[in-house]
Amino acid sequence: MIAELGCLALILALVAALLLVGLPCWGIVKQRADLQRLDSYYLSLHCGFVLLAYVCLTACFLLDDFSVSYVMANSSVSLPLFYKLCAVWGGHEGSMLLWVLILSLWMCLVGFFSRDLDSLMRTRVLIILGLLSAGFVLFLLTTSNPFARQFQVLQTSGRDLNPLLQDPGFLLHPPMLYMGYVGFAVAFAFAMAALWAGRVDVSWTKWVRPWTLAAWCCLTAGITLGSWWAYRELGWGGWWFWDPVENASFMPWLVGTALIHSLMVTEQRQQFKAWTILLAITAFSLSLIGTFLVRSGVLTSVHAFAVDPLRGLYILGFLSVTIGGAMLLFVLRAQSLATTEAPNVVSKESVLLLNNVFLVVLMLTVLMGTIYPLLVDGLGLGKLSVGAPYFNAVFVPLLLPMLFIMGLGLHIKWLKDNLKRCLQSLTWAGLLSVVLPALVLGVTAKTWQWSAFLGLALATWVIITTLSSLRARGFKRINQAYCGMVLAHCGVAVTVIGITVSQTYGVQKDLPLAPGQEVLLQGYTIAFVNQSPLQGPNYTGVRAQFRVQKGEVVHTIYPEKRLYTVGQMVMTESAIDVSPFRDIYIALGEPQNAESWSVRVYYKPLVRWIWLGGFMILGGGLLAMTDRRYYRKRSAAGDLCQN
Amino acid sequence: MPKLGWTALPVILCILLGLAFWRGLSLDPRELPSVQLGKKLPAFQLPLLENAGVLSENSLPKQVILLNVWASWCQACVEEQALLMELAADRVPIYGINYKDKPKQAKQWLKLWGNPYQRVGQDRQGKLALDLGVYGAPETFLIDKQGIVRYRHAGILTKKLWTETIHPLMQHWEQQG
Repeated sequence: MIAELGCLALILALVAALLLVGLPCWGIVKQRADLQRLDSYYLSLHCGFVLLAYVCLTACFLLDDFSVSYVMANSSVSLPLFYKLCAVWGGHEGSMLLWVLILSLWMCLVGFFSRDLDSLMRTRVLIILGLLSAGFVLFLLTTSNPFARQFQVLQTSGRDLNPLLQDPGFLLHPPMLYMGYVGFAVAFAFAMAALWAGRVDVSWTKWVRPWTLAAWCCLTAGITLGSWWAYRELGWGGWWFWDPVENASFMPWLVGTALIHSLMVTEQRQQFKAWTILLAITAFSLSLIGTFLVRSGVLTSVHAFAVDPLRGLYILGFLSVTIGGAMLLFVLRAQSLATTEAPNVVSKESVLLLNNVFLVVLMLTVLMGTIYPLLVDGLGLGKLSVGAPYFNAVFVPLLLPMLFIMGLGLHIKWLKDNLKRCLQSLTWAGLLSVVLPALVLGVTAKTWQWSAFLGLALATWVIITTLSSLRARGFKRINQAYCGMVLAHCGVAVTVIGITVSQTYGVQKDLPLAPGQEVLLQGYTIAFVNQSPLQGPNYTGVRAQFRVQKGEVVHTIYPEKRLYTVGQMVMTESAIDVSPFRDIYIALGEPQNAESWSVRVYYKPLVRWIWLGGFMILGGGLLAMTDRRYYRKRSAAGDLCQN
Repeated sequence: MPKLGWTALPVILCILLGLAFWRGLSLDPRELPSVQLGKKLPAFQLPLLENAGVLSENSLPKQVILLNVWASWCQACVEEQALLMELAADRVPIYGINYKDKPKQAKQWLKLWGNPYQRVGQDRQGKLALDLGVYGAPETFLIDKQGIVRYRHAGILTKKLWTETIHPLMQHWEQQG
């Protein structure tokens, strides 16, 4: 019964969404305010039904209703309760339902917080969001109904959740990522509403900025958590794999970052209006494309469990309608938004434009690398895959000048500035960022690596120039948004330090070890103490005990090898001895003979800084988002123009 | 014609992307050319699953057959089993390669889902699978009368694939000498 109720709720949600689009639209055309005002009513109806559907699916999981085929495929009787709740979004159908749920959450938020907004604009935004939501609910109902029953297998205890996904990081990672993906729908809807209205004014940018920041923060959190999850769970010590799924989340992030910066110019100088709109459209389009790539199975990836041509076809159709429609509207209306005056070559506007160009080019290189195998295959030139070497080769050269400009840009003034003056005033910062890393490397590192020095120097440059911009600006004029920027920029530098040092000075050793043996690594004695059998709720395995010792300090960690009984899948649970300055990472490979195991040991200096930086970026975004100036009544918002 | 300028650029990019995706949908990323296509089956000797004896390239009949790689740990194999049972009922000769599996579990699995195979050889170390370039289970090979690999499909067999591709191919090779 519960599954049927959920299905009914989905159908009603679709009806509500269509009414949310149809009636206010008619109201706008006929200029009837009574019809326009219906939007709030249908909005709550739609969100309520989506929530009901989600609750129903959760109930099916909790009740172990294996006649629902999605529950059978993603859960089992022995799955712990906590993972049963997460398993709701462990497969294709459920994760699309989560997508819709999150979209309706954003819609509710927009509906609630935009009461002060011009009512016509608000209605337009809600209509566009309703249209998107209707498209996705229809997708669920036609091609991937999570409530579909199956009657072939009656006596089953379920196929269990993919063991890879049985990790606490998984509780937060996909919902966070989706919050970000879907959040750009709000910016998209605002952009479309602006094109519809044919104008972009200051109040528009003020509305869009917090929403964009909110989505961007969620995406930042999602990516950081995902990278942390990959490091813990995928077993082999990497933290970023340039997997199509990771790229799909990274591309909207890059464009979102560009959008935040370009919105600033639009807000302060009323320039780049068309460009800002285009970025808002692109950010959401990339989220949709990411969904398409992951969900249609055009690219093989560890994450893509759903391969059904009809799904791909539907999403492609939906993509063409959404993105195609948005682009068409953009081309027709963009001319009326364009500003004629070009910014000065040396000015903050130009620097921010340069930043945008770099970010968009970075996005395009990632996009190229992601779909290149598809292109080559499509043209019949053979099968190939693009891996980390390509991405590293193109990404790093683009990133280095960007970091330099990041520091410099903060010290360049709006409208017009003198580059020579600016560089002269920063000479000391430049010197310091050469000397400081050189000293640090000379004292702490065993070998001199030029690549490490370059990364550290640029990171130091970013930190020093960012902090000194606080003084240059004058402490009185510092507001919350500016503090957020400082924190986020320093976060980027911290991440760069983490990546540079852990990549250049990390050491990896693969060797056979038996209980009682030990190995020396970077001054640490790592001893395999013993091993014991392991019995979990839905897995069995072996648990090893390792002692990590340096001087007097001793830590004990327990890497595991698990066999998940239902799916007969073997998983490596690595164990990590964590400290702020280095990680010792141990993973059990294959058993060599009765006694010994092939063991992989990593020494990773400063690897934690990668995620520390990610969370700093997130914190910066949150600070900027909650700047009170965005939430005052519009009459008082004028002071934003004075930066 | 209004001046489009740079605004047309993203539109063109979008159209190109759309075309690429459209083409990509009709491609199967798992459809890989086998190293063995057009070559004779490699020599092998696998112990039979049900009883004593071996399955070898010489013990296969001189007719067009399907060689299906499966395992009890493979969830996707369950999905194609119904189709294989149907084919077996229509007297299509299907031989099984039990890939990296334990005999007890394999037998249980066949009891549960049905056994469409004439005979099943156990490839416990996956050596034959390695020689054949098997990508993962399930996988199906079409072998002609001379024991030459003529077709390979990685992934689940579907009704559509059978009627449109594999069945015509089998008839074609049946008529060839």
